[in-house]
Amino acid sequence: MMNLADSAPVTNNLLGSEADSQRTLYPYVTGTSVIGIKYKDGILFAADMGGSYGSTLRYKSVERLKSVGKHSVIGASGEISDFQEIMRYLDELILYDNMWDDGNSVGPKEVHNYLTRVMYNRRNKFNPLWNSLVLGGIKNGQKYLGTVSMIGVNYVDDHVATGFGNHLARPILRDEWHENLTYEEGVKLLEKCMRVLLYRDRSAVNKLQIAKITDEGFTLSEPYSLKTFWDFNAFKNPTLGAEGSW
Amino acid sequence: MSRFEESAPAKGGFSFDLCKRNEMLVQKGLKPSSYLKTGTTIVGLVFQDGVILGADTRATEGPIVADKNCEKIHYMAPNIYCCGAGTAADTEAVTDMVSSQLKLHRFHTGRESRVVTALTLLKSHLFSYQGHVSAALVLGGVDVTGPHLHTIYPHGSTDTLPFATMGSGSLAAMAIFESKYREGLTRDEGVKLVAEAISSGIFNDLGSGSNVDVCVITKGKREYLRNYMLPNPRTYVSQKGYSFSKKTEVLMTKITPLRELVEVIEGGDAMEE
Repeated sequence: MMNLADSAPVTNNLLGSEADSQRTLYPYVTGTSVIGIKYKDGILFAADMGGSYGSTLRYKSVERLKSVGKHSVIGASGEISDFQEIMRYLDELILYDNMWDDGNSVGPKEVHNYLTRVMYNRRNKFNPLWNSLVLGGIKNGQKYLGTVSMIGVNYVDDHVATGFGNHLARPILRDEWHENLTYEEGVKLLEKCMRVLLYRDRSAVNKLQIAKITDEGFTLSEPYSLKTFWDFNAFKNPTLGAEGSW
Repeated sequence: MSRFEESAPAKGGFSFDLCKRNEMLVQKGLKPSSYLKTGTTIVGLVFQDGVILGADTRATEGPIVADKNCEKIHYMAPNIYCCGAGTAADTEAVTDMVSSQLKLHRFHTGRESRVVTALTLLKSHLFSYQGHVSAALVLGGVDVTGPHLHTIYPHGSTDTLPFATMGSGSLAAMAIFESKYREGLTRDEGVKLVAEAISSGIFNDLGSGSNVDVCVITKGKREYLRNYMLPNPRTYVSQKGYSFSKKTEVLMTKITPLRELVEVIEGGDAMEE
């Protein structure tokens, strides 16, 4: 006698409350913004190392920037467990590519397209991977920088960001980014943006990493923190001339 | 047996009866009427000798630009100006009201108005309306106690800051301020930074646009620089111009003077008591 409880899981993922326990409804452990820019020799990414559990800062050493194959870097914001799942998919993709052993290697454009398909198809099944991804790399001198969101929106640009980075960092990048930034200029620009995010994004932490990808390969900096300034006169004496107010 | 029980509020304060009725209507499917919002970028900063206020000039009604060149920097007193974001009618009305109250107060005290006076009048009004008066303000001015800059939120809370931004474009403008502001800026540096922050809002936020207004307030002097920058000019203007063909023929021209006015003679009969 067929035991119905063990038979194939509910295929219709659109309705049904039992199916709900198998779909993503909201994120739990999240990472905040990632910023990426093209520079002279390749791509630079910056992301902080915080993993928030709602309004608690639960994890302070989460690496949200990872290399993908020889030519690409991925940065993720949103649900950390979904990012780990995406890394498993990507590791499998790279493995199969290496197994061909044909001298070709998966480049950033291919990875970006793959991720777009994955994210969009999950969205269509109402079971998204709750992430906003930044994907960049350089292959044969050709620089590539793109982004994919949890609903499958994807595009390429000279500078990209996720989450709050879109509101706070993109305006600065639109003003100050230009072709052929040197490595030092690029890092300085990223730090400028990360500092504003640190001041104004409540989920940001002062511990960040910079990732670089060039034709030579991938490097991930050691975690470090930014200098901040809190000595404005108005902060020291905000009620000057108005004792009793706040 | 009174049918007029719900008419007036008990003792001052806001009557929330209509709010309940409005919520009920919305639940039944009534679309609330659209109001003119300013979708906006407004900023203020304190510099060496005083304060500088800045604002964009776009007023939106949903997705439509209702006014391409409106004025968001409102006069409060000769030494105090206020930028307003949120519902245009609310910002206009509340700043006008407090401006009048300040004038009467100046007559009463014989002294120059203080920024904290305007601040207290605005915040107590907004608080008593529990956020229903949708006005988010950047208030700045220079008085005897020095330069002051404050932000006021629709629910009535205030902050005292060296630099401030409000409105939908506030994040774009704040990104500029947080990366470039420092204390002791000169007038020209301050104006340049304010214009940069407003431009960031104009070009990166869809709710803000058109031109940049700036107002510089120092001890004893204020410069209202309307349309300080026009970064969105009309790019194509037809060289040919327009010609309007004559539709109606003129048959006859005749000028008829009105009747002579009646002469009023001074010192008629005395008024009756």
